Amino acid sequence: MGQGDVDALGLVTSLLLIGVALAVSLGQQLRLEKQLIWATLRAFAQLIVMGIVLAWLLEPGRSVLYSWVWVVGMVVFAAWTVRNRAPEVPALFPIALAALTASMVVTMGVIFGLGIFPMEARAIVPLGGMMIGNSLGSTVLAARRTADELTDKRPEVEARLALGHSSTQAGRPYVREAIKTALTPRIESAKAAGLVFLPGAMTGLILAGVDPIDAVLVQAAIMYLILGTAATTSVVIGLGSLSRLFTTDHRLRRLVRKS
Amino acid sequence: MKDLFAFENVNVTIDDTKVLGDVTLGIPSGHLTLVAGASGSGKTSLLRLCNRLDVPTAGTVRFRGADLDDLDPLALRRRVGMVFQQPVLFGGTVADNLRVAAPEATQDQLTAALAGVELGTEFLERIGDDLSGGEAQRVCLARALLCRPEVLLMDEPTAALHPAARRALETTVQALQSDGKVDVIWVTHDMDQISRMADHLVVLAEGDVLYAGPPGSAEAEAALATLAEEVG
Repeated sequence: MGQGDVDALGLVTSLLLIGVALAVSLGQQLRLEKQLIWATLRAFAQLIVMGIVLAWLLEPGRSVLYSWVWVVGMVVFAAWTVRNRAPEVPALFPIALAALTASMVVTMGVIFGLGIFPMEARAIVPLGGMMIGNSLGSTVLAARRTADELTDKRPEVEARLALGHSSTQAGRPYVREAIKTALTPRIESAKAAGLVFLPGAMTGLILAGVDPIDAVLVQAAIMYLILGTAATTSVVIGLGSLSRLFTTDHRLRRLVRKS
Repeated sequence: MKDLFAFENVNVTIDDTKVLGDVTLGIPSGHLTLVAGASGSGKTSLLRLCNRLDVPTAGTVRFRGADLDDLDPLALRRRVGMVFQQPVLFGGTVADNLRVAAPEATQDQLTAALAGVELGTEFLERIGDDLSGGEAQRVCLARALLCRPEVLLMDEPTAALHPAARRALETTVQALQSDGKVDVIWVTHDMDQISRMADHLVVLAEGDVLYAGPPGSAEAEAALATLAEEVG
């Protein structure tokens, strides 16, 4: 255990809180049991697959090209997830793909261009996953909230359209709210870093024996990139969703809220 | 003289349900036209076609002879103002709300806009949420008028108002129309309102035109009798 190993008993122990959550869900009839169990099993399966793939990617002599292919796969899957989470927004996939790809190119360019980490498989895949994973939540939220805001505030939006506002003008106050909501968790998380929690990359580096100040500097750079990526993709997705939810002649499409 | 609006074989279908069925109709200019019908008769849909908040599934809508498809929708909507059934006020003061329609408007212009709907200057700094339904609807009317529209579309604007506020708004709009400032198309299912206000009448039932023409004729009365039965 001292070197970061987890045996079967440790893994089972870590499920203790999940068990508590299941008991609360059953006791309070929250009906979250199925989702909790599914999320737990799915996360475990995905991490096992990830571990196997990483082990393969990290084999000596393996080309980093395979790692980049894996990152591209993650970007495509993330864009697909955004599309599925906001199905009422037509043709969202290409916008999500473009936004996530552009953000990924910039962040990975900075990380490897500035030599924060060497361009090796052990850095490419985890950092790519960290960037995508952290911006995915905000991106999905930006798309969902934009659709929800325009559905809920339809009378206001149409009142603005009826005054001769363009779809962009009419929708701007609502997409602004949506983007703000989407970014709040990331901004709060950045504000709490170091005070409330120690971010993952920094913790990992310190556990691996790196000087804490060096670990902090690396973490700061990663956090800025994550915040920048989340903000950029959320804005692009929010504005992209806005343009998709109106027709070219400035009518708000009929939106059916999806559960 | 060209009709204010002309509907040529207009169909509107939503989710395979007929909303308007092959409507051919002219609404003349220089009138206060009442569009009457029971709930679900298609009267609001007809109104929303006039400023292109909706488009027909088939057929053509013309404004002063021009096909709406050929007009810039943003310019059209400033020429054809709309007041909705529920007053829609945005956050902030009444002045903030008026400036949504006319960002460059001076204080004098805002005051004049309120005077046009019989509200005093003191309303400019009032918060929208604090207004009564009648006051809020008047602010919405003032806001629409700040765009200097040629036509006002009124979608059951008094449905949420008490009788005194209802009559007051009717009088204000009738005065605007009779002064020649705007043409008005007013949607309602209120039988008394129809008899008080209409100088041109369109009666709809289940997406079809029952009657279109001046009120008072035997045909108009028959259509209104049918409507009265429907609305109870």
